[in-house]
Amino acid sequence: MLKVLRLGLYSSIQDLGRKGCQQYGVPVSGVMDRQSAALANALLGNDENDAVIEVTMMGPKLQFFKSTIICISGADLSPEIDGKSINLNAAVVVNEGDVLSFGRLQYGMRCYLAIQHGFQSEIVMGSRSMYQGITASQVLAQGQELHYKDSEVNLTAKHVVVNPVSNLFKEKQLKVYKGPEFDGLNNVQIKGLLDCDFTISKDHSRMGYRLQEPLCHNLNAIITSAVMPGTVQLTPSGQLIVLMRDAQTTGGYPRVLQLSAEAINVLSQKNTGQSVSFKLVQ
Amino acid sequence: MSFQLTYKPFGPNAILIAWPQVITVEILKDIKGFQSNIEQEHIDGISEFRVAYNSLLITFSNQHIHFEVLVLRLKAIYEQDASSKPHPVTKWEIPVCYNSTFGIDLEALAHTKQLSVAELIQRHTAPVYTVYFIGFLPGFLYLGGLDEVLHTPRKATPRLQIEAGAVAIGGNQTGIYPSESPGGWHIIGKSPISFFNASHNLPCFAQPGDQIQFKPISEKEFNSIQKLVQAGRYNLNKTEVVC
Repeated sequence: MLKVLRLGLYSSIQDLGRKGCQQYGVPVSGVMDRQSAALANALLGNDENDAVIEVTMMGPKLQFFKSTIICISGADLSPEIDGKSINLNAAVVVNEGDVLSFGRLQYGMRCYLAIQHGFQSEIVMGSRSMYQGITASQVLAQGQELHYKDSEVNLTAKHVVVNPVSNLFKEKQLKVYKGPEFDGLNNVQIKGLLDCDFTISKDHSRMGYRLQEPLCHNLNAIITSAVMPGTVQLTPSGQLIVLMRDAQTTGGYPRVLQLSAEAINVLSQKNTGQSVSFKLVQ
Repeated sequence: MSFQLTYKPFGPNAILIAWPQVITVEILKDIKGFQSNIEQEHIDGISEFRVAYNSLLITFSNQHIHFEVLVLRLKAIYEQDASSKPHPVTKWEIPVCYNSTFGIDLEALAHTKQLSVAELIQRHTAPVYTVYFIGFLPGFLYLGGLDEVLHTPRKATPRLQIEAGAVAIGGNQTGIYPSESPGGWHIIGKSPISFFNASHNLPCFAQPGDQIQFKPISEKEFNSIQKLVQAGRYNLNKTEVVC
């Protein structure tokens, strides 16, 4: 068992989310940055869908009451066990009573705490991902206890430390596909959308990222239709909203772009004030 | 099946089929009919169908499916079936308490519309509404069929918190908030029914194509139905309708 001693900014349990439930209006949810979460799970030999804790910007303080092995990947929030800093992207043994805490955010936005065999929280509609109204709570709560399985705690040769060569944190270009309403834009508008940089506004969450610079356009609202994580909507005022994992399932704004799976991971690690651009791929 | 459809990729794992840009029951039936014909083909790799007013989104695993090949196959399925088979849908009777405790905007709205409260309630309960699809929030039904007299622009400033079960009017739509949420619609009553239950096999009782009719109830009836709902012992009145 693990106990939440102190809350961070926003920490929640996530796996790969709910599939097949969007027809009921249920968001997909799941880890924002699938690449980093998958790495943390892989380094423990876990299944890719095993539940992890997604930690945003400021980490919580967690105490382990049973020894196990953990791995943290993604953003660098200076993790420490009992005051001693630990490696990212490495299996780390924790002993009974150990306290995991986080310090300063060095880069990125979200990190993933994976545990041997995954967190054993409630499964609702096929997923452990926390979402308001679906699971009992939306975020971890002070004093909350989380369960995990007993496991061998000896590190073996399979527990390697890796230095991911990915460009996840430095990349500012988001690979995108044309959205259903892309063809309604004229050449000037397309140029504005694909040639300019956009700054991430202070409005960003697991639901969506709003971008600062408006794009002038004359697209009409559409009759409410399906949207997905990664759909880029264009509001009447010209604001671009990139929908993320907890987004609603339908919307009435024109859908001008659709992020690639990789681009959703990249954007998930971005913070207010950072800039991104869109690169159309076929 | 006789509409001009467009087939567009929507990212690498989805195809969006669009019908003409209007909201009609004929289009909804056509979408549902097309979906059921596609389902009968059991195409490998298709993961989900999502109906909206005038679109059908099909998500798939692109390891199994190539977009162009899928479009050809779908077009063939659409052309094949010229008849729209009548299929039964369910008509649900939804109890709603229209009093001013729950319907906090009821009197103001009646005043704006120059109707008595009773007339407003009558105009809201008379139509048989069609469930077009579920979206916005888990269990939120997009309903068609609101009396034009009741069409009302959304509030300029949305309320931060609307209770689950609130029955409301916004623009040319009416709906029930399935969970607590912010919202800009005018609240005219409250239903004691639960519209979404994550632990049920079918989390929403209604599905696209079904029909809804509101039945006015007293506050006393509201309280007794609410108790039964909480105990899991309330059964909605429903009838099968062939249309």
